[in-house]
Order: sequence, then structure tokens, then C-alpha cells
Amino acid sequence: MKPLAVFVLIYLVACAAPQRHEDSLYQALGQKEGIQKIVGRFIFEIGDSPQIRPYFEESNLDRFYEKLTEQLCELSGGPCRYTGDSMIDSHTKMNVTEADFNLTVDLLIAAMDHQNIPHSIQNQLLNKLAPLREDIIYR
Amino acid sequence: MKSPEVAFVSKDRNRLTKRFGTYIVLLVTIGCQLVTSNAYAGQGKLLATPGVTQIEGTGGSGIVPWASLAGYASRDEIAASTFATRVSVDDYRLNVLGMAINLYDRVEISFARQNFFLKYAGQEIRQEVIGFKTRLYGDLVYSPYPQVSAGLQYKTLKDRDIAETVGADRTDHGYDLYLTATKLHLGLLNGYNFLWTAGVRSTKSNQLGFLGYGGDRQDSYSLQVEASAAVFVNRSLAIGLDYRQKPNNLSFAKEDDWVDLFIAYIPNKQVNFTLAYVDLGAIAGASDQTGMYLSITGYPW
Repeated sequence: MKPLAVFVLIYLVACAAPQRHEDSLYQALGQKEGIQKIVGRFIFEIGDSPQIRPYFEESNLDRFYEKLTEQLCELSGGPCRYTGDSMIDSHTKMNVTEADFNLTVDLLIAAMDHQNIPHSIQNQLLNKLAPLREDIIYR
Repeated sequence: MKSPEVAFVSKDRNRLTKRFGTYIVLLVTIGCQLVTSNAYAGQGKLLATPGVTQIEGTGGSGIVPWASLAGYASRDEIAASTFATRVSVDDYRLNVLGMAINLYDRVEISFARQNFFLKYAGQEIRQEVIGFKTRLYGDLVYSPYPQVSAGLQYKTLKDRDIAETVGADRTDHGYDLYLTATKLHLGLLNGYNFLWTAGVRSTKSNQLGFLGYGGDRQDSYSLQVEASAAVFVNRSLAIGLDYRQKPNNLSFAKEDDWVDLFIAYIPNKQVNFTLAYVDLGAIAGASDQTGMYLSITGYPW
């Protein structure tokens, strides 16, 4: 009985607590449904931007919606696995400039603003996305 | 004894307010006009990442240069910015006007004209600063390590009498060289963005150079530390702290390190405003020089 209690305690402290913390961003984004709404609005913002829209002219938007939702879900600690192409593969020959990358970040922020995601939660998601930039720009 | 001085000062102040006021009006006007029409301007950086303008004319915060270059140019763009700054402490006032050009987010060239007033003596010391800064590594937001830049400030003293009187080694011109690192951590403080800058400067400048370069106590270059930290309350509002260590080259009066506490409002990529409380310590024997700092930067291109 006693070793079991110790084991449970260790499990609670070492595993359960961090896990709970790990998906807190996913929860704050409104889980899968919230992320889908952000991605939906993001696609709307892209369509509204004369500078960014051309990058998506040959894209399958349904697939983009599905894969980006998966990716944000996984990055935010949610129960998903990104099954799309690598960032390098999906952006090769697009030659995304630094300026257009940042403008797209602004569009994502606008989408999150539209979904009333708090500033502090937005920053945490952007922090997860920031390392992807080097695989995206000037490919 | 005091009345002739006061008369002198108020006349001087009127002349200056007039001149400075004109520039501000000009700056705001240009800024406003271009808000709607600068489709080709360098706008590729994220909001607030160029910082505001530091008193010697380079991109940074109040008294500290950042590693980021002034202006919103990305690596494919060119940007230009203009700024006006006023610092008023108990016995002195500093007005600065200047501009900076950013070439492809690699090189920044800046020019600043500084007018330093001794409020009660009615005297003015003018200095011009030509600055070069180059980004050596990284991006303050995206790269795993901080952005690093190196800069040079070439200072020319236009009024040398006071520098000569206080025992400066050189009273014509001086160089400051600096190396600085800046990093913005997304969401670091409970979801809020945190930015820090740490730099080191090799300098002989006494009180930025208004009291000449080098002195009777020390006429060689010395390394001085400067640092800045800021929290972004939202995308447009930052609250921060600057610290700048100062050399002590003149035996006639002690030079203190400088500190300021600032709030910067960056509503868009066309203009920003900074208000600060500054503590400049003792300057040329006048102790406890504290006061206000106000600065506006416009990005016409």
C-alpha cells in the first residue's frame, strides 16, 4: 500500500502536473474548436490581403485549413499530430520574404484578435511558431 | 543678481521653443500625410521591433542603443526615420533632432544635432553625432540567440569653450564604439513579451561629449556598460528601464551613471512617442539632475 502511495504521489508530481501545464495553451486557445475558428479567420485575413493572397493561389485551402489546425493543435500541446509536409517542403519555391512573413504574422494576430484570444495567450502561440521561420522564408 | 539671468533664459527659451516647435509640427505633419500613402516604405519589421530613438540618434530606447536598427526596413527594404527629443532636468535642458536611414536592415546611418542648455547660465553647447551601426547577427525576435550589432558614433563639438575650461583632453571631436545585443522573448513574463539589451561602449566622451573627450583625470578610452529592459503591456505599449554607465575623466566634477524609466507608445509603424523620468546624477557639479524626457519618432519612408 505504501509503495503504491509513493508511486502515485511521484506520478502526480512528475507527470500529471507538467501534462496539465503542457496543454494549458491548447485549452486557452479554446481547444480544437477554438483553433479551427482562428485558422478559419486567418484564411479569411489572407484572402483579404493583396500582398499575401498570391502565395496561396495554387493552394488547396481545405487541406491548408486541416493541416494548420493540426499543427497549431500539436504546437499548443493539444492531442493532435501534424501530418502535413515539412515547413521547408511546403514553402519551397514560394520565396517568402521576411517582410511578407511578418505581415502574415500580423494576419494571424488579427485572426486571434478577432477570436478574442488574449494578448498573453497570443504571444505564447507565436513563441511556439517563431522557430519555424527559418524553414519558411527565402525558400 | 538673478534677474538678468532669468531675462536671458526666458528669451533663449522663447527662441528655442519656436524653433523646436516648428520641427515637431513638421514631423507630425509629414508623418500624418504619409500614413495613408507610403505603400513603398520599408514596413517589413514587426511593430515596435526597431525600438524608438536613443538620444544620440540611433535605434534604441532613451539613452541606450539597441541591436535593432532604426526604421521598419526588412532585409529587402530601405527605411528612413526622423526624431525630436527633449530632456529637461533641474539645471540643464537637451534638445535633439535627427534622422536615420536603414539599408536592408544591415546598416543604419544616423545624424543627430544636440543642443545642450545650461538653464541658469544661459549658455548653449552644440554637438553633432554621425552614427553608423551594423547588424552582425540574428533577429531579436526569431533567432535563437540575441541580435548583435556594432556601432560607431562620431561626435563633433561645436561650442568648445566650456570643455576647454573644465579640462577636457580634446574639444574638437571624439569617437564612441559600441557592441550591443538585444533579444525579445515572446510571452516570457506570464505571456507578456520581454525585451532586454546589453551593450558595452568604448568612449572618451564626457557627459556625452558636451564637456569634450577625455580629461585631466583620464584621457584614454574606457569600457562602459549599458543595458535596457522592457515589458510590452500590449503590442503598442512598452514600459522599461535604461541604465548607462559613464566614464569619469574630469577631476573638476564627478560624472554619474544615468538611469531612466520610460513608457513608449507605438500605435503604428508611422510614429511613436516616449515619455521618461530620467536621473542623470551630478552634471558638472550640479547634483541630483532629475527630470523628464519626451521623444517622438516619425517614419516617413
